[in-house]
Amino acid sequence: MKKEIISFPHLGDYSVPITYFLTHTTPHEIRPAPKITKQTLELGSKYSPDYVCIPFKYNLGNFIESLENGATILLQAGGGCRYGYYAEVQEKILKDLGYDFQFYSLVDSDHFTVSHMFQTFRKLNPHLPFLKFAYYALLTLLMIFYMDKLDEIIRQNIGFEKKPGLFRKTKTEMLETFSHTKGFLSLTRAYFRYKKKFQRIEIRSKENCLRVGIIGELYTAMEPFATYFLEEELAKMNIEIKRFTNVTYLLFLKKWKTRGMLRKIHRYCYYTLGADGMDNVYRAKYLIEEGFDGIIHTKPFGCTPEIGAIPIIDKVCKEEEMPIIYFSFDSGASDTGIKTRLEAFYDMIQAKRGRE
Amino acid sequence: MECFLGIDIGSISTKGVILNSDGVILASSYLATNGSPMEAVKNVILELKEQIKEEDVQIVGIGTTGSARKLIGTILNATVIKNEITAHATGTLFYYPNIRTIIEIGGQDSKIILLRDQIVTDYAMNTLCAAGTGAFLSSQASRLGVAVEEFGPIAVESKHPTNIAARCTVFAESDLVHKIQMGYKKEDIIAGLCKSVAMNYLNNVGKGKKIEGPIIFQGGVSKNIGVKKAFEELLGEEVITSKVGHLMGAIGVALLAKRSPKRTTFQFQFSMEEFETKGVECHRCPNHCEIISVRKNNKLIDSWGNRCERGELKIRS
Repeated sequence: MKKEIISFPHLGDYSVPITYFLTHTTPHEIRPAPKITKQTLELGSKYSPDYVCIPFKYNLGNFIESLENGATILLQAGGGCRYGYYAEVQEKILKDLGYDFQFYSLVDSDHFTVSHMFQTFRKLNPHLPFLKFAYYALLTLLMIFYMDKLDEIIRQNIGFEKKPGLFRKTKTEMLETFSHTKGFLSLTRAYFRYKKKFQRIEIRSKENCLRVGIIGELYTAMEPFATYFLEEELAKMNIEIKRFTNVTYLLFLKKWKTRGMLRKIHRYCYYTLGADGMDNVYRAKYLIEEGFDGIIHTKPFGCTPEIGAIPIIDKVCKEEEMPIIYFSFDSGASDTGIKTRLEAFYDMIQAKRGRE
Repeated sequence: MECFLGIDIGSISTKGVILNSDGVILASSYLATNGSPMEAVKNVILELKEQIKEEDVQIVGIGTTGSARKLIGTILNATVIKNEITAHATGTLFYYPNIRTIIEIGGQDSKIILLRDQIVTDYAMNTLCAAGTGAFLSSQASRLGVAVEEFGPIAVESKHPTNIAARCTVFAESDLVHKIQMGYKKEDIIAGLCKSVAMNYLNNVGKGKKIEGPIIFQGGVSKNIGVKKAFEELLGEEVITSKVGHLMGAIGVALLAKRSPKRTTFQFQFSMEEFETKGVECHRCPNHCEIISVRKNNKLIDSWGNRCERGELKIRS
């Protein structure tokens, strides 16, 4: 079999576990898309439909840069909204641009099954035994689970580190270690080692610190570049951050929690709203009950499920006098405007806290 | 006497005030920015200087706000650099402690600030389009051959304002031409334009916000009584305008400088010529960060815009 080069778009730091999985289950070379830069977005916007949501533009930009970088096989996933159509449309656009490549969509419908995934990977590696596939799938999922766990610790503390940049440095180190995992035992050991390391990083007193929850659409929540590094900006303002959306949530927790969440917000929603719409109404309610200082809602411009959720979230927040700010991201947005609004938001929740 | 300087550098105009420690305005200036914030600030400071006796006034705090707040803040060595929303709220609350809603329409942006018990509870800024801002009015004014300052008095005379499709600046212009050709009276059209600014504002920026009195209307457009009247009709409530409404951002940031514990010294003999700004594109990665560097006598004093350390290194070397 000819040696191919597999590539896939970025989503936060998840390229590490995906690369790990692909390296061990396929004979091909794995080359994730080059790091997202302004050029990625420019390329993506140039060839995307104007009104498509922004993750599409980032993904397409990633693909083009991957292909320029020598990729011959591209992977895409799918989800419960417009995301479900990304794969087909992007494949068509790239083929029209004259690129030669194979395209695999890992999730063809909302109900993705293990056997379907296995069939897809069988195409990439016809000699792949199921047991090997299952072993590395579980290991990769555990890696994602550990990453998300550690991320939570980072988000709570990064705004207060005494030596700036230490959390980020340790995280890079952690990702490097994870990418060389040998098995379940070594992964778990690494997890506990880094957990301790993160907990030992010196931080300033967090007493009475401001706490903000980030809710909204999944891509803008997980890909820092798409929100102009919103979480970093918040950390600079010494704010503790709570974010719900991560891959662990989307793959496992969401399914388990949906009914319970609906019951909790029965006053506002009888049904789910598509994608994470209903989840965000629940999260707003949760953040209010937990006594957070403010909520930041992010979405790509034109994100339909979130547009449906916003009036409900707004109602929940107005009833409880919870400060909330909405950001809508598109390729033309400027980070200056976002910074100004964020600064004003900080002043607002600070003043509210001072009064209480 | 200890005094505080506040400067608000907007897209269209630059505002400056000097307050004494009781918050009384000693000097104020309002000039066009003309695309050159540094030049505008220089002229504003010169104008302020003429209004005071230099030996009586000792500036101990400087605040900057507006879109060029960071640049000017760096050059003036400001003690406070604040966003426009907080600055406007602070300034307004000083004069009107009971205010509940601030409507602010400036040259290129407009915002709404809701307050309760002297605390900002919600705010919004226009996001997409300049329709419904000062820039829209002045571009239509030049088309009609009327000075934008005369818009207000003309508009108030109209009995039947013409409806103008003002959802978008470009479409509004074609609708305007059409209405002129149809033979509508000039004052009706001008009144219609003023009304459409207010409508646009309420439908865009004010959408979903509970606007409660007392309401104050600020920013350059608040000088236009036609728009003020339109707001009163649409909201069914009295709308206050202030004589210093256009200076409110500068006043607010001067007050914030007063409240801040930081102190500085400031000489009016101040030359902008020493300063030079330069925009560089970093080519260390495909992100191409636009880095702005500010130099004083060819010595780098600050730079920003880089996303990573690589850009920093380049600028320092």
